[in-house]
Amino acid sequence: MTNLMEIEHVSMIYGPLKALSDISLSIPKGQWLAIMGPSGSGKTTLMNIMGCLDTQSEGELTLDGMVLGKLGPEGLTAIRREAIGLIFQQFHLVGYLTALENVMVAQYYHSMVDESEALEALDRVGLAERADHLPSQLSGGEQQRVCIARALINHPKLILADEPTGNLDEANERMVMDILHKLHQAGSTIVVVTHAPEVAEHADRVIVLEHGRLISDTLTKGNGQGEGNAKAVGKAVDADKPEVEEDPSIQEAAPA
Amino acid sequence: MFWKMVFGALGRQRGKHIGIALTVALGVSLATAMLGVMFDVGDKVNQELKSYGANLNIVPRGGSMAGDKYEFEEGGKEGLANLIPEAELYKIKMIFWAYNIVDFAPYLEVQVMPAGAQGAPAGLPGRPAQGGHAHTADHPMHAGNGNHAGHGDHAGGIPNGEGALEAPAQGRGAPGGITLIGTWFRKELKLPTGEEVETGMIPLKSWWKLNGEPGDDSDANGVLVGRDVADRLKLSPGDAFPVITPKGERLELKVRGVFSSGGEEDSQVFSPMALAQNAAGLPGMVGRVEASALTTPENELSRRAARNPDSLSQLEKDTWYCTAYISSIAYQIEEALPGVRVKPVMRVAESEGPILEKTQLMMVLLTALTLLSSALAISNLVTANIMERSVEIGLMKALGASNFSVALLILCEMLLVGALGGVLGYLAGLGLARLIGLSVFGEAVVVPGEVLPLSALMVLIVVFAGSIPALRSILRLRPTEVLHGR
Repeated sequence: MTNLMEIEHVSMIYGPLKALSDISLSIPKGQWLAIMGPSGSGKTTLMNIMGCLDTQSEGELTLDGMVLGKLGPEGLTAIRREAIGLIFQQFHLVGYLTALENVMVAQYYHSMVDESEALEALDRVGLAERADHLPSQLSGGEQQRVCIARALINHPKLILADEPTGNLDEANERMVMDILHKLHQAGSTIVVVTHAPEVAEHADRVIVLEHGRLISDTLTKGNGQGEGNAKAVGKAVDADKPEVEEDPSIQEAAPA
Repeated sequence: MFWKMVFGALGRQRGKHIGIALTVALGVSLATAMLGVMFDVGDKVNQELKSYGANLNIVPRGGSMAGDKYEFEEGGKEGLANLIPEAELYKIKMIFWAYNIVDFAPYLEVQVMPAGAQGAPAGLPGRPAQGGHAHTADHPMHAGNGNHAGHGDHAGGIPNGEGALEAPAQGRGAPGGITLIGTWFRKELKLPTGEEVETGMIPLKSWWKLNGEPGDDSDANGVLVGRDVADRLKLSPGDAFPVITPKGERLELKVRGVFSSGGEEDSQVFSPMALAQNAAGLPGMVGRVEASALTTPENELSRRAARNPDSLSQLEKDTWYCTAYISSIAYQIEEALPGVRVKPVMRVAESEGPILEKTQLMMVLLTALTLLSSALAISNLVTANIMERSVEIGLMKALGASNFSVALLILCEMLLVGALGGVLGYLAGLGLARLIGLSVFGEAVVVPGEVLPLSALMVLIVVFAGSIPALRSILRLRPTEVLHGR
């Protein structure tokens, strides 16, 4: 199957510290990948590089065939705008804009603002009726769902979620995971950084980082390769996952 | 969306933005006031300088210097050509630059002798110490108080040079004699246009220190006595003292006040014009006029015109004529009063330009300093604002906003805040300029319209300059540094 992202011998060095060391990884289109590891293992650094928020010190990264290392800051900004959807642990909604406007901000920087489309995105995460509420008037789970709607609005090739349930209670965590499931079923490629095994278990594949090194790469679902350790520490692992047909149910309202 | 974000941010950080607006307002108000004062300071400094003396001396065409101006044949009618008819003086206020003539006062000198003093009064007004007209020039001074030697300088003859033109002629004539000078103390002058103007010596000599009552044109015998004369004759306000006129008539003068000018006038006595005219036997005539005019500082054009107006092209001449140069005002007075020569007191006129330039330079420097401090203060406030919003800005960049679009957003916010501050500052600046004018010049400063666009430009400069450090920090801001909260 086609790989959406290829990571080849990527290292990230901050002075004497090697935050990432020779990471190689392929992420097929439509795969749900969980990145796990203890604090300081390099999870977020890897996610930043994958999300074009940072540039690796060594190695190469391609997204849908495009070599990212050749792009300057403006090129990486354009990639973020066009191809990446970001979900943050702390939601990061603009406090003075309503839920709807927060979604529209992503549209504004992408291309054109379309209120009905933004409203539809909120509807997909079950927040159409709270479109006019400010973030301060929303619960943590609702804020995270607005954040997901914002990440989806430009139909990104890759959704990167950094501890998406880290600040949520169990009920809201379930809701968010349901939404991610639906996105996954609809064919979205999702990378989730998490500490929580219960979040990681939703993924097709789990990689574990430690001290900047990839120490475990496990396919947990699909394509017969399913559970078990792939044991592809420090080298690329192609996870052949069948393309997923788009699920029309994702268009329906998510649970409130 | 853009404006929603702009106004949303403005509303959310209202307090900080009000702080920035007030800082802009403070800077712009000071700068507006400075600029207003700078533009108006020319007139104000001119007016201030006018309070230190006249800058135009108007003398009969026949007399070139102050001491020569009454030269005429004794008793001869032709001599009157060297005087100026008092009835024509209104024409000074009818010239093109009439409104720039802020004040003028005519003078007529006559030598009188204190009654009881030995010796006769000086002859007819004019050159008592010269030639056959000076009946008493050879008389020893017998004023009686013995301090006449102190006035010997004045008695010796006619002062020479322009210094004599700046003030009423020196006391001179016979030793012990008194120079009585008729003038308008404060006269209501009716113009043919129906307009009434007030003019006279009192506003012209505003720095004189007066003990007693000011001069009054309606008080026929009331005089102002110079300090030296008062000392010599032991006169105080309210005293009466008799004098003998050149015609031998005895006049009872009443001392309204004793003044101290710090100059030659201290040895003179000033009376209403009619009294001096009667004493001199020259009704309706004046010897010379001092005028104070608001003028434009001299430049090359005016200097060329002063040397020879015919050397100018028609355009240059029109420009010169329609500009309030002291030379063009003098020229216009000579047009209005063909029998006179108008002599600019260049020492005053020429000092105006440098004083004005220095004052304006000081205002420009103060304005620049004010703007600089405002820009620095705004820089701190905007940078603090940006730091506080770093997560929001990092988020925008993470969502794909270019540096340019984020910078544009922040700049728009700052420009709106700056515009609000600019409007407030401009209005406050108008008030401040008025206050400065009233407290420094005793008159409100009129801020010209040109200051408005300049103030707008200042707002732009201050806001842009103040935002530069914040914009640099926006360019440097990496979303990864602010979004993960770790």
